[in-house]
Amino acid sequence: MYTCSDLKKGLKLLIDGEPHVIVQFDFTKPGKGQALYKCKLRNMLTGALFDRTYRSGESFEPASLEERDMQYLYQDETGYVFMDQRSYEQVTIPEDVLGDDRYFLIDNMEVKVLMFGDRGIGVTLPNFVNLRVTSAEPWVKGDTAAGNNKPATVETGYTLQVPSFVEEGTLIQIDTRTGEYVTRVKE
Amino acid sequence: MIPDLARRRVNLEQRARIVQTIRAFFVDAGFLEVTTPQRIPVNAPEAHIDPEASGEWQLHTSPELCMKRLLAAGFERIFQLCPCWRAGERGRRHLPEFTLLEWYRLGCDYRSLMIDCRDLIQRLVPEGGLSWQGMTVDLASPWEELEVDAAFRRYAGIGVHQALEEDRFEELLVDRVEPHLGIERPTFLYDYPVELGALARRKPGCPDLAERFELYICGMELANGFSELTDPLEQRRRFEADIATRSSLDKSSAGMPEPFLRDLGSIDAAAGIALGVDRLVMLLLDAADIAEVVAFTPEEL
Repeated sequence: MYTCSDLKKGLKLLIDGEPHVIVQFDFTKPGKGQALYKCKLRNMLTGALFDRTYRSGESFEPASLEERDMQYLYQDETGYVFMDQRSYEQVTIPEDVLGDDRYFLIDNMEVKVLMFGDRGIGVTLPNFVNLRVTSAEPWVKGDTAAGNNKPATVETGYTLQVPSFVEEGTLIQIDTRTGEYVTRVKE
Repeated sequence: MIPDLARRRVNLEQRARIVQTIRAFFVDAGFLEVTTPQRIPVNAPEAHIDPEASGEWQLHTSPELCMKRLLAAGFERIFQLCPCWRAGERGRRHLPEFTLLEWYRLGCDYRSLMIDCRDLIQRLVPEGGLSWQGMTVDLASPWEELEVDAAFRRYAGIGVHQALEEDRFEELLVDRVEPHLGIERPTFLYDYPVELGALARRKPGCPDLAERFELYICGMELANGFSELTDPLEQRRRFEADIATRSSLDKSSAGMPEPFLRDLGSIDAAAGIALGVDRLVMLLLDAADIAEVVAFTPEEL
């Protein structure tokens, strides 16, 4: 069990049977009064954000979460399917739970799947992925000025800002933590 | 090399100037600067302040007990700037080791301290106004005085006694009341229910109220002052009540500060106040987080 003095940003708690993560935390203590522990919490199953204030003396159950090495297989109507490469057990994560991470999945990619019991609730991706541009405005020859960006869409449907020299068919590297363009990949 | 320190240097230089001005203000007003021990056998029992142990003794949570013993010995006007320790207090406006400014006046009540606060802050800000985190405060016009009960009725929609009965005092104060205090001009929130002024005198004619006030600027609590309770028997009863509250919260107590209780009876009337120096520096330097105005936070040690 955690007590109030354990509360901090990033701590994962079980609230009403569901895992939550503290995304913002502040300690306040008015005058000579009781301490208040103000938390902004994110429900890790639904993504819902809400504020809650705790007072000293309260205790909290840790959310037991486990990361498992898995391989991304395919997408179907229920979501994105991953497989544990040792047990061959398959886990499906719905699209809304994955959020933008779904744009960076490539067939057979090895990822860490965050498990809450037998439910997959998120993935940790490699920091960089290579994806091919499927649509972008053509390069106006001579336009080499730095900072001249344009939108481009990659094979997974993700749209991002790229330098003007990136064209349809180019393989580019994307930082999955920020979702931003890194470099053009030589083939 | 800690990269943050270079950035913090300007703030630390300003902080030194602020502390020097505070000293000059009190010396000019005829106060004697004192230094009392920071490691003491026992602090004043308080329900919600946890001292840090230091061997068999404790680090002081405030220099109040020793300073009041100096009052009892006849020192008329004294001040002290010193580090204090309160276990477990860490937030954007809290450090477990922080700097307090305390000053005491013999033969005065809390009204004199309000005047001191105003004079001190006007000396620190000769321009007559300041801006903190986008809020602008006029320090030159009359400062607001607001009774605690009136503030609760106005901003939280219930009286302070009801808030206490429902055990919602702190929550309503923080979420509903404090954001409105000291917004265009500083606010003295005053006359607390007597149970919230453990060392404060009862208001003559209003025995349910303690002559205690807090100074707020830009919604930030800066100072806590009161007319001192000088009746040793009532003080002992209040300490016993706080010790009982602590044990109901499963918190230990180190016992009674007997020498303080013994000397307290020698004081006729007096008033004293504690002002958070780190928070005052935050306010004057437009810093959002207390970490910006100290050399090191505990996490950086």
